Amino acid sequence: MLRSRVIPCLLLRGEGLVKTVGFKAPKYVGDPINTIKIFNEKEVDEVMLADIEASKQGREPNYRKIEEVASECFMPLCYGGGIRDISHADRLFASGVEKISLQTGAFGSLDLVEKIATKYGSSSVVVSADLKKSWMGGYRLYSAAGHRKLPKRWQAFLKDAVSAGAGEIFLNAVDRDGTMAGMDCAMIREAAALVSVPLIACGGVGSLDDIKAGVDAGASAVGAGAFFVYQGPHRAVLISYPKYQQLVALLGSDSA
Amino acid sequence: MKEQVVIVNYGVGNIASVVNMLRYIGAEGVYSGDADAVLNARKIILPGIGAFGAGMDALRAQGLEAPLKEAAARGAHVLGICLGFQMLFSESEESPGVKGLGLIDGVVRRFQCEGQGLRVPHVGWNRVKPCQGATLFDHERDELRYYFVHSYYADCANENAVAATCDYGHDFVCSVEQNRLFGTQFHPEKSHRFGIDTLTRFVGLPC
Repeated sequence: MLRSRVIPCLLLRGEGLVKTVGFKAPKYVGDPINTIKIFNEKEVDEVMLADIEASKQGREPNYRKIEEVASECFMPLCYGGGIRDISHADRLFASGVEKISLQTGAFGSLDLVEKIATKYGSSSVVVSADLKKSWMGGYRLYSAAGHRKLPKRWQAFLKDAVSAGAGEIFLNAVDRDGTMAGMDCAMIREAAALVSVPLIACGGVGSLDDIKAGVDAGASAVGAGAFFVYQGPHRAVLISYPKYQQLVALLGSDSA
Repeated sequence: MKEQVVIVNYGVGNIASVVNMLRYIGAEGVYSGDADAVLNARKIILPGIGAFGAGMDALRAQGLEAPLKEAAARGAHVLGICLGFQMLFSESEESPGVKGLGLIDGVVRRFQCEGQGLRVPHVGWNRVKPCQGATLFDHERDELRYYFVHSYYADCANENAVAATCDYGHDFVCSVEQNRLFGTQFHPEKSHRFGIDTLTRFVGLPC
């Protein structure tokens, strides 16, 4: 049976990789190609690459860089950032990306999700939602590109995304990003109950136990950034990934 | 001379990853949508992601169905991957009314396992159990795992063509082998050393 996936989430900014805290203060953590080569050797389940500036700057993906990354990546690669048109998706799929993640391109209208799902299948489209805690309680959908909370209810956004053809949901807890303080399991539990497609939960992983907690809360996969790029209390940059046997011991091989 | 593999270009699929992996194992992947190139190839990979109907329509629109079938009939080694694997069968529930290549008997069906608490699509690394003698697998290893991402599975009607099975809610056929025709539901080009091994075996098949 299927084991829950553990996915390093890498943030692309310009030509380099960065790591943020609470979606702010990006710190350089390395070169994408070197990092991918290390993850190849470590037999990582899958890699998520997000360009954190593309949508903000209203530009298309950095195809050249993504192609370079994909050409070294012998594990599945999901890319997100700046995709606003099916032609952008065409170029990305042709360059060796397996899955495309949409967020800004899915706000407002889910047409693009539907178009990509029709052409490339649902399993090739991920819709990503960043949730921020609200002072009123609960969570609000947050636009990373626009630095603001959105009026649409996040539950409705996820459900609509799945109806439009999203094959996976990527759920990120903004307040936990880069903190390594543990995952927001209540959020994961609520989201997992809402959708029937696989849920990738991200934000706050600081230990293997945190990953386990995310899976127990209902995540089909757990994404992490800081946990895989930093080491020690001073956050020295060191790329790491658990050994296969460790993951099997942690998550078993019978969870979906 | 490097072994040349023609990767069928019909506009659908993440062909770059197949080319990259072939280069890594020392073979040459030629990405081509040319009917003659497909017709005369000795090794062919039919890649593909996406919907069954869109894939078959594209293959037909590019005039590649006949050359592909002819090459297969002539004895070229053919490997279908993911959607390319599903297209080897007769039809799919995903796109009713669209005929597949019909090279292997069977129908592609949607997973109905949401009731068992399993999510669809089936995404991730899963254990593959090869059948005795299946050519593309290392039978010495006690565990083979490959990367899957699909919502539909092949219900293979020809038991003799089954090369490997996998379990998601129920056992399903994840690889076929029929003479010189092969297919994998999983992505060998994205499955680390397991995939490297499978593709190396395919590339190394004597012509």
